Amino acid sequence: MSRSLPTTSHRPLLWEYARSTESTEIVDIEESYGLFIDGEFRKPKSGRTFPTINPATEERLSTVAEAGEADIDDAVAAARAAFDGVWGSMSGAERAKHLFRLARMVQERSRELAVLETLDGGKPIKESRDVDIPLVAAHFFYHAGWADKLDYLFPGMRPRALGVAGQVIPWNFPLLMLAWKVAPAMAAGNTVVLKPAETTPLTALAFASIAVEAGLPPGVLNVVTGAGATGAAVVGHPDVDKVAFTGSTAVGKVIQDRLAGSGKRLTLELGGKAAHVIFEDAPIDQAIEGVINGIFFNQGHVCCAGSRLLVEESIHDRFVDKLKRRLSTLRVGDPMDKNTDVGAINSREQLEKITELVDSGVSEGAEMFQPDCALPERGFFFRPTLFTGVSQSHRIAQEEIFGPVLAILTFRTPEEAVEKANNTPYGLSAGVWTTKGSRILWMADRMKAGVVWANTYNKFDPTSPFGGYKESGFGREGGRHGLLGYLDWSEG
Amino acid sequence: MSRLDVKKTYKLYVGGKFPRSESGRSYPAVGGDGEVLARMARASRKDLRDAVRVARSALDGWAGATGYNRGQVLYRVAETLEDRKDTFVEQLTMTGANRQAARREVAAGIDRMVWYAGWADKFVQILGNLNPVAGPFFNISVPEPTGVVGIVAPEAPALLGLISRLAPVLVPGNTTVVLASERHPMPAITLAEALHSSDVPPGVVNILTGRKDELIGVLADHMDVNAVDAGGAAGDQLTRIQQGAVHNVKRVVTMNGPTQSPYLIAAFTETKTVWHPKGL
Repeated sequence: MSRSLPTTSHRPLLWEYARSTESTEIVDIEESYGLFIDGEFRKPKSGRTFPTINPATEERLSTVAEAGEADIDDAVAAARAAFDGVWGSMSGAERAKHLFRLARMVQERSRELAVLETLDGGKPIKESRDVDIPLVAAHFFYHAGWADKLDYLFPGMRPRALGVAGQVIPWNFPLLMLAWKVAPAMAAGNTVVLKPAETTPLTALAFASIAVEAGLPPGVLNVVTGAGATGAAVVGHPDVDKVAFTGSTAVGKVIQDRLAGSGKRLTLELGGKAAHVIFEDAPIDQAIEGVINGIFFNQGHVCCAGSRLLVEESIHDRFVDKLKRRLSTLRVGDPMDKNTDVGAINSREQLEKITELVDSGVSEGAEMFQPDCALPERGFFFRPTLFTGVSQSHRIAQEEIFGPVLAILTFRTPEEAVEKANNTPYGLSAGVWTTKGSRILWMADRMKAGVVWANTYNKFDPTSPFGGYKESGFGREGGRHGLLGYLDWSEG
Repeated sequence: MSRLDVKKTYKLYVGGKFPRSESGRSYPAVGGDGEVLARMARASRKDLRDAVRVARSALDGWAGATGYNRGQVLYRVAETLEDRKDTFVEQLTMTGANRQAARREVAAGIDRMVWYAGWADKFVQILGNLNPVAGPFFNISVPEPTGVVGIVAPEAPALLGLISRLAPVLVPGNTTVVLASERHPMPAITLAEALHSSDVPPGVVNILTGRKDELIGVLADHMDVNAVDAGGAAGDQLTRIQQGAVHNVKRVVTMNGPTQSPYLIAAFTETKTVWHPKGL
């Protein structure tokens, strides 16, 4: 399918791209997948399966087992046996070598994993290839080295593993979220029951096959596919010691409620509505790129997306004009095309949610801009969208859209910028652009967010803790701090 | 002719003032022999909401103070506690402790306050660090106070238990609403008087006496409370706190193993990570 560059009514066509499609030959998707329990793929006792589709084409990729309660019982029992048996008593140095080996095998199979990620989830191949999969390997490599150095994490602490970790991850960075969860859990000496999102199970299952090939002891990692009911069975299982969840604030609250009084440890990485603050003296062209990356990276399916742009009033018109022009050069479409900037929306359900919120932006009186680009006829796609004239009470300024939609507001003073930036129940991330160093630090001190990107945005690293304030959850992932979520960290 | 004692009226401590409960209620504090020692104010749900409001308004000032400054203020608290040593011993004895144990508890409490005072300008160095990211970026993680913290103080030991939970909340710059020991509330109000005569800004510490079961749900449900220290909560109270915490994803701290620890300070902080590019 060849398409010309999207054009807008007020911007000329700038240049033509030749299509450059990544081959799918490297992946070998099986007709169906079982559950990965105790080191082997098994048919589900539930007897149920569900399809996983390519959101860019709506074609079925495979059929995946749906784990029921009996399957979760088996997975948790396998994880418990592995913890009590081999993994809990293995030296840190040996655990480290297992994790290093996994990191290496991810690198070896990086192309295959990137293609699979893009096919199953819809993200542009250039992102899965250049961001997701390299970070997956980096997470395993970083955490591997901690496995035999836990006593040095925090002075005076005598850390011990917790036991069995039940982990539920989202569909926006499927394999990367697996790495964020699994690598620290295993490095700290825990065993894992992981539930991938129902729309993106394939890379987790591919990782399970890597674990087999790498000789990871059976039961240390168990992958149970399914939807909400499966996730609920994992977090609610009485023999799970630790629950880690990444996903929406609404579901996070359900889990927090479910765990009340259970004595289980919990970390939550939930939603966000990040403010991205642009001061008058910012390096404008760099800031434009930062804003574009902040909201359109991964179709805006990013909990830390810079979805609320706060522009100093004096440069609003100029900035918005440049932003519209840049928006019009984004290539939207086939995720497997290496030129694509904005790929497919992950599911029909998500597309409907985005559409509903964008409609509310229009009906509440904000002014919408979308480039006039053609979208593929099949699959789930949404044009990059921005809204001007947004007020703080608009739903598009309050609710997490989780899509390629930017709400633009203005401010006059740094104090007003801080006030507006913090005017949300969320507190996951924030961005600020200015050339004045003291103002960066002043802003960074005051913005209530777990990650602050100054003169950059959407940067991730395994050494760098990630996680939220307020209703964006608690606990951190990555860095020294991330390991605390998987350790009994009392002294003595 | 014998002199009539002047008895103290025990009130709440809210916003740097000592109000009675707006409800006009009180309840008896009972001594070791079952005698009524004093009538304590029985805080209402409205008293609690008022306390949260003043704790919120005191937050920016206390959190924004330097560690050195907070350390000096907390050390000053230890000084004012030392002044009231005999009063505390007296009160603990009245509630049934033997005098020697009471002395030990008071001394341990004062020493613990000194210990925590010394952390105020150091904990950031233990809990924070540069992160060596794989790219041209400066990247640093630092702990910041979580915000307004509700403390359910342990029923016993009434003084040492309260100091042990209060100090680590104050060190990083949180403000707090405390539900004092219900059975032995007098030392908490005497502590409030010590805080009041030190340099702790009004509203940073607010102490309520009353029926915990009446107040815990309101504290747990409150949308402007960021965390609850449930170290002193009984089993069903803990469950109630964890259920209420769901409304605004409160942090519920249950850690009650370590008696004094920088990691108890850590439990009342949020880690903030800041990135900035390096380049010309």
